[in-house]
Amino acid sequence: MADLTSEFCGIKSPNPFWLASAPPTDKEYNVRRAFEAGWGGVVWKTLGEEGLPVVNVNGPRYGAIYGADRRLLGLNNIELITDRPLEVNLAEMTRVKKDYPDRALIASVMVPCDEKSWKDILPRIAETGCDGFELNFGCPHGMAERGMGSAVGQVPEYIEMVTRWCKEATGLPIIVKLTPNISNILLPAEAAKRGGADAVSLINTINSISSVNLDSFCPEPMIDGKGTHGGYCGPAVKPIAMNMVAEIARNPETHGLPISGIGGVTTWRDAAEFLALGAGNVQVCTAVMTYGFKIVEEMISGLSEYLDEKGMTSVAELSGKAVPNVTDWQYLNLNHVTKAVIDQDECISCGRCYAACEDTSHQAISMTSDRVFEVMDDECVACNLCVNVCPIEGCITMKTLEPGDLDERTGKIVSKDYGNWTKHPNNPSATAAE
Amino acid sequence: MPNNERTSGLVSARLPQSDYAERFTDLHPQLDDHEAQVAADRCYFCHDAPCMTACPTSIDIPLFIRQIVTGTPAAAAKTIFDQNILGGMCARVCPTETLCEEVCVREIAEGKPVEIGRLQRFATDTLMSKQVHPYKRAATTGKTIAVVGAGPSGLAAAHRLAMLGHDVTLFDAREKLGGLNEFGIASYKSTEDFAQKEVDWLLAIGGITVEAGKALGDTLTLDSLQSDFDAVFLSIGLAGVNALRADGMDLDGVEDAVEFIARLRQSTDLSTLPVGRNVVVIGGGMTAVDAAVQAKLLGAQTVTMAYRRGKDRMGASVYEQDLATSKGVSIVYNAQPVAVLGGGACRAMTFEYTAEIDGTLQGTGEMVEIAADQVLVAIGQKLVGAPQGLTIEGGKIAVDVFGKTTMQNVWAGGDCASGGDDLTVTAVAEGRDAAMDIHAVLMGEG
Repeated sequence: MADLTSEFCGIKSPNPFWLASAPPTDKEYNVRRAFEAGWGGVVWKTLGEEGLPVVNVNGPRYGAIYGADRRLLGLNNIELITDRPLEVNLAEMTRVKKDYPDRALIASVMVPCDEKSWKDILPRIAETGCDGFELNFGCPHGMAERGMGSAVGQVPEYIEMVTRWCKEATGLPIIVKLTPNISNILLPAEAAKRGGADAVSLINTINSISSVNLDSFCPEPMIDGKGTHGGYCGPAVKPIAMNMVAEIARNPETHGLPISGIGGVTTWRDAAEFLALGAGNVQVCTAVMTYGFKIVEEMISGLSEYLDEKGMTSVAELSGKAVPNVTDWQYLNLNHVTKAVIDQDECISCGRCYAACEDTSHQAISMTSDRVFEVMDDECVACNLCVNVCPIEGCITMKTLEPGDLDERTGKIVSKDYGNWTKHPNNPSATAAE
Repeated sequence: MPNNERTSGLVSARLPQSDYAERFTDLHPQLDDHEAQVAADRCYFCHDAPCMTACPTSIDIPLFIRQIVTGTPAAAAKTIFDQNILGGMCARVCPTETLCEEVCVREIAEGKPVEIGRLQRFATDTLMSKQVHPYKRAATTGKTIAVVGAGPSGLAAAHRLAMLGHDVTLFDAREKLGGLNEFGIASYKSTEDFAQKEVDWLLAIGGITVEAGKALGDTLTLDSLQSDFDAVFLSIGLAGVNALRADGMDLDGVEDAVEFIARLRQSTDLSTLPVGRNVVVIGGGMTAVDAAVQAKLLGAQTVTMAYRRGKDRMGASVYEQDLATSKGVSIVYNAQPVAVLGGGACRAMTFEYTAEIDGTLQGTGEMVEIAADQVLVAIGQKLVGAPQGLTIEGGKIAVDVFGKTTMQNVWAGGDCASGGDDLTVTAVAEGRDAAMDIHAVLMGEG
């Protein structure tokens, strides 16, 4: 079994699976059970200022969207940061860290955007024995209206400023949690780095309305006839999160900055994908809120098995493995030609590939009266939609044409050379090939 | 001592009174909302779906299942009823395992089709329970049509014709409408008087005058109907049964399975129905299975279905055969009846084993005797009482693809007419299609 011990910006944990700052990490009882279940680390539910605690709504806090068989695909929440007194949280964190010294315990923090607030609270929290801080610049609802959370995360200058204050206030690692509710994720990431952040974590939740009640004409979750946008998370946001992680990982300004990957991680495979795209570890929330803490066992066994299969001996070896292959569209090889192939032995003749191709794509699949579906190579542009809509995994695949083969659609011979848009004759700004 | 399963002879009340209701309960109870969602989720919404092609009434199955998934079961029911106004009964009695579900791509993928029949029942029951009829009649056309026989085909034709604005008179030989839905289907497939409820619901379209207790014959003739109505649709079913040529058929305890089933369906107290200790059912079709299973449910100690050919030739589907054996019926294949034995009442039946040699069934000379104090004969029904002048073809009224007979303005459909399997759903399709053709002809479009 591969060793899953992970070191993330100097913080050690027995595996790279942390629980994200969220309801599952709001109190000692949960966190102890999470550690017993095998989680490598926990980012404690965001702590706020001392004083009167935050107040939550007393109606529903979550909304959801579903896939087939009511499988939860996306969760939306309007819960705020911890609504328990600071001293209670700190006492609990101290006890937990003492009993689980090998696990990572990170304090998520959100206080008003002034120097004193941050510099006062960090040393106090550090007394719990926590391993580092995560600055919550991401929470998009409620707290943002009070000038915190994503209200800070959307202004790179504020990120840089607060990060710098925090670095001055503590010697512990500072992780800056980024909001995706911004047009270019590189700007806050670069700001965090300039401010001295040891790492970034992303994504926080996305502004969202998960559903509308069609009887009361109100967004859900509905509080006494009104709704507000919440923060969206779960499997549905994973593609958005992975793109942002990859952008930061391949950006020269931020390349090498440790990234804690967050966003819809549900299985070991999701975690491996985030790692390959440059994350050093992952944080999980919706999956445990859906299935409970036990899923970490599958994540541990799955990632170990995968690393063994690939001959990798550590999580670090996987981290960033796919980053060199993330590029801009303009550098994709336009001379690479593939064609869809339907495996007739696997095909169950549902015809979904046909409907998709015929109605919405390139009319490149034929259908006989006895329901045999075949790809017409002279029409197929290899869009992959048939692969995506086929209910049988592996039934439709993409075959790569070899150099020298004829592409029946274009009538051209497949070139062995790499050729991208920057050199393409149809590109008015093309630089002539040497 | 009260009767039990081992009491000899034809006796009633073999079971404790409390057992009957449980034994004759719905074979497939209605799916609840959650079960329907889970079942409906499995549909792939196939293009030009094979299930739809396999359905004799061409119900748009992927569409109605999608309508269930999206929380609109009434719209789903409308999709079904548009094609098959008896979709509620068909959901209960269709041999889906040899129709829509047999060709479901998930049957191919996983050996487990989408439960189309049960989903259809979920949708149709949901709408029918609202006690509203979902169709309105078109403006009256002034045309009158006689529909003779209120079984599935006649009901479907009458409804469609009434909906199109014609005035329909619906005749039936019996006092109760429904035909085989009411008299010929196993009780556990149509519980809680569903057949009558469905008839009442269907008639709520309006424009249908019911003349029950009137059979074609001396007073009601095709001639008079032809002169009194603009068109006639015959859906008289197969009122006769094929006779079994074997010794001892006159012994007490020997009867036609259809009589046994009809009596059972009309009974208000199943404990009063006599059933044998050892019952033999002759035949291999659905009627044989219905009779055999119900004899077992009534408390017979042994029930044996004897079929003269092999398993693969049996009319009842494998599913039906499995149902029979799961209820405790034994099936003996390749056994042809020779004689019923007994004095006064029957006590046993002898069979000769058979083999199919070069396509012909031959006795092997090997005999077997099976105890039987009741023998139910289910070797097929036949057309009787077809009016003179109609062309008969293969024992049925000859019709073209539109249901037209060889006589002017006379159409026919259902079991009495040529073409198609003798299934409820096929009868519905034929009634509906003949109605559309009658409409086209009467309105000058045909």
